[in-house]
Amino acid sequence: MAPLISMRQLSKTYHRGKQPVPVLLGIDLEIEVGDYVSLMGPSGSGKSTLLNLIAGIDKPTGGTLLVGDIDTARLPESQLANWRAANVGFIFQFYNLMPVLTAFENVELPLLLTNLSKWDRRDRVEYALGLVGLGHRLDHYPNELSGGEQQRVAIARALIADPPLIVADEPTGDLDRKSADDVLMLLDRLNGQLGKTIVMVTHDPKCAARARRLVHLEKGVLLNDDAGKPV
Amino acid sequence: MYFLYVVKLAARNMMRHRLRSSLTIAGIAVAMISFGLLRTVVDSWVAGAETGSAARLIVRNKASVGFTLPVAMGERIRHVHGVEALTWLVWFGGIYVDERNFFPQFGVDADTFFSVYPEMKVDPAQLAAFQRDRRGAIVGKVVAAKYGWKVGDQIPLRGTIYPGNWSFVIKGIYEGADEKVDQTQFIVHWDLINERVKAQVPSMADRVGLFSVNARSPGDAAAVSAAVDESFRNSLDETRTESEKAFQLGFIAMIDTVLTAMQAVAYVVILIILAVMANTMAMAARERSREYATLKVLGFGDRFVVMLIMAESLTLSITGGALGIALTFPVADAFFNALRDMFRLFVVEPRTVIIQAVASVVIAVLAAIVPALSSARVRIVDGLRAVT
Repeated sequence: MAPLISMRQLSKTYHRGKQPVPVLLGIDLEIEVGDYVSLMGPSGSGKSTLLNLIAGIDKPTGGTLLVGDIDTARLPESQLANWRAANVGFIFQFYNLMPVLTAFENVELPLLLTNLSKWDRRDRVEYALGLVGLGHRLDHYPNELSGGEQQRVAIARALIADPPLIVADEPTGDLDRKSADDVLMLLDRLNGQLGKTIVMVTHDPKCAARARRLVHLEKGVLLNDDAGKPV
Repeated sequence: MYFLYVVKLAARNMMRHRLRSSLTIAGIAVAMISFGLLRTVVDSWVAGAETGSAARLIVRNKASVGFTLPVAMGERIRHVHGVEALTWLVWFGGIYVDERNFFPQFGVDADTFFSVYPEMKVDPAQLAAFQRDRRGAIVGKVVAAKYGWKVGDQIPLRGTIYPGNWSFVIKGIYEGADEKVDQTQFIVHWDLINERVKAQVPSMADRVGLFSVNARSPGDAAAVSAAVDESFRNSLDETRTESEKAFQLGFIAMIDTVLTAMQAVAYVVILIILAVMANTMAMAARERSREYATLKVLGFGDRFVVMLIMAESLTLSITGGALGIALTFPVADAFFNALRDMFRLFVVEPRTVIIQAVASVVIAVLAAIVPALSSARVRIVDGLRAVT
């Protein structure tokens, strides 16, 4: 079966003024459908940049990146936005919920870009929030929820459009151990029971150990991949 | 649905900083009230001049309205073809108790004045009493109410153009045929004034400030005007005859610079509030950079972000604008009541309200355009990194 994500000699260089700052230097990596990958590495190693490229919120400066046979770097911005809406669910370190929307409305956001009726949207949102254990917190605003609960709302928002790929950037970085465990358990379920492919950036080895595959980056280079893939 | 969602989100965003939003709305409202008031002042001055009758002509000295004409010219003017009625008057310019108590005072030909100005309605018995007594006066309803005058009251005036102390007895109170008629005038006998001038400065006696002529019909006015001026051409007292409206607009032209300055100030107020509003929107957009980036990550396009910022700006500005428009009317009424002597009418014109409404929308769009486009152009990764 073809991999869900395939990158060849993928590179990314930022510019600070006229000074080029290379961040990723020729990454070769494949991620299969249903895989659960942890990207680890020190600060500045390029792991978040790699995650952004995979998620289609940034574009590479060299090499190729295919996600489900789509070369996302070639898509114009409007098509890329549609592609993201349909194919990628995002989980951020600081949850990135809209503070003026309730838990229900936050989770409903991605569905506003679909043709679903109001009633279908309601069913789906209630199901998703039930799945993350927040069926009783539909009308609460983010500032009325704990950090762990906010991250669970973010997870519900990430899976509401049923995307095949979930990307998570330090999903437990702002949480206490108990809440972090709850979130990681949810990610396990998304991968194990719902078959979602998950790519997660983390600093935390305990968190990374929950993934089925560990990829190490340092100074923009892939150091080792415990799945034994070519580096 | 998409549009309604934008409006809902924008309205809730607006409520995040209630104090800031309230102050911005209040600022816009105050700016709109100021704009409406300034425009209404200008409109009222010009409108006062535009109420003149089309068939009534004013004959004045060609050199300047400050120069007088011999009263004897009236007989020649009366015989010009097309003239139906004629009267004359002088500006009296007295002071009632204090210089701040201003109201227009005219010495008129008591026999003819009210027939040439039929819109000044006076009871026939009161008019007859006025015509019989050379110390008599007829005063407008508004000025009488202001000073608590009634028929029979003796009113002292200190002369400026015609020096000395004068005393007049109110014989009647006139009302306007409609609200556009000036009801602040103080009308006295020209005969009485002329008598004293004759005694003190004989060379200035038997002269009037202007003749007021009713043409038989508005269609005759141009011909009468030309004929009057022609008949005094190359005389010592050449005349300039023009419609009452043109004559009054001539006075307005004297303060044209002031009116233009007031109009400019009205628009400057709008510009100032535009700058305040632009600052508010720039702050709001900067604070929400990460939220806009998150929306883009979720698949909402740049256009959604532009719509969101525009909607918030429109909600703020239109709320402030609507409040300002609504309050313009009671504030204008209060202003008119405080300065009733200065204006015959003080009505907020529909055109002013339309400009206020359009200005609210234009302020919203101009204030939001830069932050909206900047936020739309921010790269998602930069927006997600923004510190809020």
